[in-house]
Amino acid sequence: MMSWRQRSKAERARQAGERLHRFHGGLRLQHYKKISCEVPVQRAALPPRLFVPLLQHTGRAAEATVSEGQHVLKGEQIGCFKQLGSGGVHAPTSGTVSAIVRHPISHPAGEDGRCIVIRPDGLDQWLEPEPVKDWQSADPETLLQCIRHSGIVGLGGAMFPTAYKVQAASERGIHTLVLNGSECEPYISCDEMLMREQPDSIVLGARILQKAVGAERTLIAIEDQMGAVHQALQGAVDRSGAAHISIVKVTTIYPEGGEKQLIQVLTGLEVPSGGRPADLGLLCQNVATATAVARAVTEGKPLVERIVTVTGSGVRSPRNLLAAIGTPVSNLVDQCGGYQPGAARLVLGGPMMGYPLASDSNPVTKAANCILVLNEDEIRQPQAEMPCIRCGECARVCPALLLPQQLDRFIRAQKWEEARSGGLKDCIECGCCDFVCPSHIPLVEWFRFGKSTLQELASGKQRANVARERFEARAERLEKNKLLRKQRIAEKKKALRADTGKQEKIAEAIERVRKRRENSE
Amino acid sequence: MSRHFETGGAPHFPPHSTVGGVMRQVLYALVPGIAAYTWFFGVGVLLQILLATVFALALEAAMLKLRGQPVKRFLGDYSAVVTAVLFALCIPPLAPWWVSLTGMIFAIVVAKQLYGGLGSNLFNPAMIAYVVVLISFPQYITAWPQPAELASHGFGPLEALHTVFSGQPAGGLGWDAISGATVLDAIRNGTAAGQPMESIRQSAAFGQLAGHGWEWIAGWYTLGGLWLLWKRIISWHIPVAVLGSAFLFSSALYIADPASNPSPLLDLLSGALLIGAFFIATDPVSGCTSSRGRLVFGAGVGILTLVIRRWGGYPDGVAFAVLLMNMAAPLIDRFTQPRIFGHD
Repeated sequence: MMSWRQRSKAERARQAGERLHRFHGGLRLQHYKKISCEVPVQRAALPPRLFVPLLQHTGRAAEATVSEGQHVLKGEQIGCFKQLGSGGVHAPTSGTVSAIVRHPISHPAGEDGRCIVIRPDGLDQWLEPEPVKDWQSADPETLLQCIRHSGIVGLGGAMFPTAYKVQAASERGIHTLVLNGSECEPYISCDEMLMREQPDSIVLGARILQKAVGAERTLIAIEDQMGAVHQALQGAVDRSGAAHISIVKVTTIYPEGGEKQLIQVLTGLEVPSGGRPADLGLLCQNVATATAVARAVTEGKPLVERIVTVTGSGVRSPRNLLAAIGTPVSNLVDQCGGYQPGAARLVLGGPMMGYPLASDSNPVTKAANCILVLNEDEIRQPQAEMPCIRCGECARVCPALLLPQQLDRFIRAQKWEEARSGGLKDCIECGCCDFVCPSHIPLVEWFRFGKSTLQELASGKQRANVARERFEARAERLEKNKLLRKQRIAEKKKALRADTGKQEKIAEAIERVRKRRENSE
Repeated sequence: MSRHFETGGAPHFPPHSTVGGVMRQVLYALVPGIAAYTWFFGVGVLLQILLATVFALALEAAMLKLRGQPVKRFLGDYSAVVTAVLFALCIPPLAPWWVSLTGMIFAIVVAKQLYGGLGSNLFNPAMIAYVVVLISFPQYITAWPQPAELASHGFGPLEALHTVFSGQPAGGLGWDAISGATVLDAIRNGTAAGQPMESIRQSAAFGQLAGHGWEWIAGWYTLGGLWLLWKRIISWHIPVAVLGSAFLFSSALYIADPASNPSPLLDLLSGALLIGAFFIATDPVSGCTSSRGRLVFGAGVGILTLVIRRWGGYPDGVAFAVLLMNMAAPLIDRFTQPRIFGHD
C-alpha cells in the first residue's frame, strides 16, 4: 500500500510542468549568449588529423577495433565499449587510421587517454546506413538496440550512455520524458541554436525516446530568454501532429539546467538523495541527445558530430560550429578567427563548471558543448584567500540546501564522517557558493577533494573488509588443520597401542640394541 | 601548433565580492545615522569615531605583525574599522580618549586577535569593548550629554576636543551640567521610584516618540539597515527576529500593565535596539549561520535585551544580550541544520 504522502508525490510528478516551482538559491548570471548566436550554425572544415578519444563516456575506455593503416568509412565503428553495452566510438569521417596514441583528452578521469588518429580522405563517405524501418511500429527493444549501437551518450555533458539510461528508467516505469533545453550556464548557446534550427529533429527524437521508454508525454523545457526557440519548437510540434508534447518556459536562474533543479522546477519535488529522476517517474534527456537519437533511428547514422559553441572575449568571431568528434580545439578556434591577444584561459564547457584545458590540442568529444576563451581581466586571478567570516551567502545560494562553509571546515579538519552526514555527496559542484564567497575560498575545489577522499575511504573500507574476511578464513582454516592433525596423531597412537604384535616387535628390537651395546663394551 | 594555457579551478568567473567590500558597505550604511547623531550631539561623535579607528588600526597592525600575518591584506578588510565605528557610536561623544583606547585594546587585541583574528572571534569585538568600558568606567559611559544643555553652554568643536583629551568638561563645567538622564535611565529610575509611565514621559529627555534626537538617529540607522538588506549584505532573519521578538515581548508587558511599562514603539526606538538589530547582532562571525539559527539568535537578542531593561542592573541590555547569544550561537547552529536536498 502506498502511503498518502507517496501517492501525493506520484500525483505531483505526473502533473510536471503544469505549475512551475522554485529551487533554493541559485544565481542570476549575465548571459553572454548573444555573441555566439549572431550567425547560423556552420559546418566546421575537417582538420588534417582527427583525434578520436576512446574514452568519451562514463566508465572505462572503449577498446580499439581498428588497426593502424586501416581505411575506415564515416560512421564505422572504431571503438567498442563492452561495459554497459553501449555501441562505442565511430569514425567521424572516411579516411585512414594513421595511429593509435595517447593524447590529451578532456575527461574527468584523466588528462590524457588513447585516441584513434584518423587522416581524412576528403570524401566524407558514409558507411551504408541501416535505419530502423518504420520506427513507429518498432518495439522499444529495437529502438534501444539502435541507440546503443550508435554510440549515443548524454550530450549535455554527463556522457552517460543513453541506451543504458533509457533502459534503466523504463524498467522503473516512466510517465514523463523531459527534454532539457535550458542551458543555464553563461556563454553556451549550442542547444539554443539547435532548437532554433532543427526543431523538427528534436521533436522527432522526443517521440522516439518517448516510445523507447514507454512514457505518456514529453515536456521540452526551455529558458524564458530564448525568444525565437519557443515558436520554432511549437511549429515543429504542430507539424508532427504529436498531441502529447508540450513546451515549458522556465525562468533563467543558474543552475536550472541541472537535472535535479529542472525537475524541482517542473514538479516541486526533489529527486531523492542518491536516487534518479526515474524514482519520480521522469526521464531527463538533453535536446541534442534527442536529435542524435532521431538521426540514429531514422537515418541509421551514429553519433559522429555535434554543435560546439566557440565563444568568449578571447575569440575573434564567436559562433556555433558543427564539428566532427575528434577535431582539435585549436582547429575550431582558428575557424572562428583565432585568439584575441588577451586570451588567458581555455575552458571546455561553461564558466561556472567547465574544465580548464592546459592545451588547445585537446579534441572535441561528444560532451564538448562549448569552447570558452576568457581574457585576463575576466578570470579569477590567483589571490590569497581570506578567513571565512560566516556570512552565510554560500548557504543562501546553494541549490542542494547545504552549508558550504561548514562542509569546508569539516574537509579541512579531515572530519570525514561529519562531511558525509553534512551532505558532501549531495553537492552538485555548480560553483554558486564559490562565486559569491567574499573570502574567495575555493570551495568547489575543496568539495571535489573531499568527495574523492570519501570515495577512497569507502573503497578502502571495502578492501579492508575483504582483507579481514580473508584473514579470518585463513585463521579458521589453520585452526581446523591443527585439529585434524591432532586427531590424526591421536588416531595413529591409538592404532599403535591396539596392535600388540607390533609392540612385541618393538620390544624385541630395543632388547637387541641393548645387547649389542653390552657386547661391544 | 598547440598553444598552452594556465589552468585554474572552476568557476572561472572572478568572485563578485570581497570581505573589504562587505565591510565598506556596512560603513556606508552607517553614514546617515552618524550624520544625524553628529547633528544632535556635535563633532564629539566624529572625534570618537576617529579616535577609535586610529587605535583599532594601530592595534590591529601591531597584533598582525606579532602573529606573523600579512598586515596590509588584513588591514584592508576594514573589519577593524567597523568594530571601531560601532564602538564609538555606543559610547558618549564626550568620553575621555582613554576610554576609547581601553575599549579598542579589548576589542582588537583580546576579543579578536587573541582568538585568531578575522573570522575566529567567538564574541562581537565592539560589544566586548563596550561592556568592558561600561563596567570599568561607569561614570563616563553613563554620562550622556543632552543636546539642549550642550547648546545652552555654547559647546562647540573646540570644547568637545578639550573635553575628550582632558577628561574634564571644557569651561570648568561639571559632567552634571552638560549631561542628563537618557530615556531608558528615566524609565528605569522612574519605575523604580514607582512613578507612573505618564509622568516619566514628562522628562526633558523625551521627544515625540522616544528620546529627543535619539528617535531621529534610530530612524536613520534603520534606513542604513534597510539599504544593507537591499544590497543583500545582511539577511532579513536577524533584524526581523530581534525587532519582532522585542516588539511582541514589549507589547505583552505593555498590555498587561500599561502604567509601568513603556509602549513597544518607545522600546524599539530607544537605546541601541535599532542599531543593534541591523548592525551589531548581524555580525556574521560571532552569530549563527543558518537561516533558522539566525531567527533563534535574533529572537534571543531581542528578548534578553528587554529582560535586562526591565529586570537587570543596566538601563539598556543590547550589548549583554548579543554577547550572551554569541555564547549560545554554536549550540543553536548545531540544532538548526537545514534539511539537505533530496533527504527526508
